[in-house]
Amino acid sequence: MIYLDYQATTPLAPEALDAMLPWLGGPGSDGFANPHSPNRAGRAAAAAIEVARDAVAALLPPGGRVIFTSGATEALNMALRGSGTRRLAVSAIEHAAVLDTARAIDPGLSLLAVDSDGLVDSAVPIPEGTGLVAVMQVNNEIGTVQPVDAIARRAWAMGALFLCDAVQGVGKLGAPVEADLIAVSAHKLYGPKGIGALWVRDGVAIDPLITGGGQEHGKRSGTLSPALAAGFGAAARLCATMRESDAAHVDALWARARAGFAGWALNGSATERWRGNLNVRIDGLDVARVLSECRSVAISAGSACASGSGRPSHVLRALGLSDRVARTALRIGFGRYTTEEELDEAVAAILAAASAQGVTPQSA
Amino acid sequence: MSLPRIQADGGVYLDHAATTPLCVEARGALEHGFAIWANPSSPHRAGRGARAALEDARARIAEALGWQGEVILTSGASEAIALAMARAHLPVVAVSSVEHEAVLRHAGGAVQLGTDGAGAVTLGDAALGGLVAIQHVNNETGVVQAFDGVMERVRAAGGVVLADCAQSAGKLALPDADLIAISAHKFGGPIGIGALLVRDWALLRPTGGQERGYRGGTENMPGALAMAAALEVGSEWMARAAVLRARLEAGIVAAGGEVIAGDAPRIATIGACRMPGLSANALLIRLDAMGIAVSAGSACSSGSLRTSHVLTAMGVAGANEVIRVSIGRETDEAAIDRFVAAYQGIVAR
Repeated sequence: MIYLDYQATTPLAPEALDAMLPWLGGPGSDGFANPHSPNRAGRAAAAAIEVARDAVAALLPPGGRVIFTSGATEALNMALRGSGTRRLAVSAIEHAAVLDTARAIDPGLSLLAVDSDGLVDSAVPIPEGTGLVAVMQVNNEIGTVQPVDAIARRAWAMGALFLCDAVQGVGKLGAPVEADLIAVSAHKLYGPKGIGALWVRDGVAIDPLITGGGQEHGKRSGTLSPALAAGFGAAARLCATMRESDAAHVDALWARARAGFAGWALNGSATERWRGNLNVRIDGLDVARVLSECRSVAISAGSACASGSGRPSHVLRALGLSDRVARTALRIGFGRYTTEEELDEAVAAILAAASAQGVTPQSA
Repeated sequence: MSLPRIQADGGVYLDHAATTPLCVEARGALEHGFAIWANPSSPHRAGRGARAALEDARARIAEALGWQGEVILTSGASEAIALAMARAHLPVVAVSSVEHEAVLRHAGGAVQLGTDGAGAVTLGDAALGGLVAIQHVNNETGVVQAFDGVMERVRAAGGVVLADCAQSAGKLALPDADLIAISAHKFGGPIGIGALLVRDWALLRPTGGQERGYRGGTENMPGALAMAAALEVGSEWMARAAVLRARLEAGIVAAGGEVIAGDAPRIATIGACRMPGLSANALLIRLDAMGIAVSAGSACSSGSLRTSHVLTAMGVAGANEVIRVSIGRETDEAAIDRFVAAYQGIVAR
């Protein structure tokens, strides 16, 4: 199978798996301790978690603290619910983890519009009295990179907090340096599922979502997994050392994929984007048929979470596309472990499936 | 796949209530999960494969636990408890005073139900027409709560019971409760996965997202596979644990120690004991230096030097002189004997 759905999840890096295995120890090993136990094995596990925390922190701005969570959804919930603010403004293309949570807190929330390129204008109007502004760094469906630092400075100027969902950008792009709160997820940067983090700028007070044993300085209770943390840390270290080569590899794949889909329309800005995400559409395409005919290729029609729901993408809608046109879009995601041969084979298969429907750039 | 292992230091680990080693079966399942790493919500073949594995694991978890209701996978018991207490339609009206902090910190102004000297929760005349949290097995003393009378009274009052079964799941049959929190790493599964068992979806308000809209976030599918595998190993070893604990406690009593709630119904894996005149911290430090890992109360609160709220609620004198020794699947007589010899040696000095 050719996996081209890197926005849904990324393969686990072999280095991350290797870092996890020693902490998945059985009887007779030291690799299973509760990191909150004060005994020797517990202290070693706690130390491994702190090493991992430093590696994750190295991808994020200085002057804050990394709080481990079960993933980005929990981190975003914690940021939104724990900030104590009740007046929210979020971009119209946020992930459901932000949109649904923000709506639950503030039914009257302000949606910050995007232009037809899928970008929030850094001068977008933000209502007076807003307590927290959330704009994602890289959109998960169309890959557009938002001007988060400029919007963060505007939020600060009006006394609001700025939350950035950096799930798709962290480890690939520089961190959003002006944010107060940043959510990240390990399994989107070649780490394991089940762990993520909320980065909190020093001085920003966030109430915990999960209370109990008081782990993570009382901010997130629950036994921390040394294995998941070590895997996250190793994946983060790898992203830091491979950032340039990862980006160069993705750029080369992007150029190839763009050429393959010549004549198809690109969803989202061609320049302000993470190039590991190619979201394209072509008039008349039956995406469900393409997906079912290209069984050896794993691609998607939008976010994994919303897929299968049959709902048209709120992101493509925010770009001004009609539901009919939005339903002709395909998301192709690639990254570190994608080869050129795989990409070529997948593009050929998708084009053949489209052509079998009578859909080609010439006829469109 | 080759399996690098940390060298054992030859120590004795008797802190299985804090966490217990990953069993071989769970390890294998975890590695299988890592190998089929796709997002279970993706509609392509890889995603559907991950989804099928996840749903199979969910069904096996329910079957192994003898649970007829729904299973919401979470990151652990703390999250399961937080989910139940924040999302139940009914308000939290009562919690036992010996609950884990994960319950107590969410209890707000709920009535705290006391216990008798043996740690059994007493309902008294408390109003029970809401969510009532009573743990199955206490993590510090091992005392097992009898749920028989509890369920009738709570149901008669129109309430529901949340049972924290972090210490009992996979070891004892689950109690008759409406909401049950479990954690895999207490029964041989990995840290980072647990579940909230729900008798009926109608008990909770959904939040949207995965897990039928009751818990958002990409599922930890490898963790779920490993949790199922760990539960399927079974609990036959509990009979051996009972023999080992009797041996342990005989040694403690012979050295002049007292067993906490020794006559109460207790799970065979946990023994709490007090040595009058010897502080638990001093004892722990000496045992740790000898390579023996036990604890004073829960791992979460250890190091905090706070007096245990559990022992205080039970009216135990000298609560800061109590240590917890806990037994796991692979604990053998040699480990117990090494602990007892060390304990008797420290006490004799």
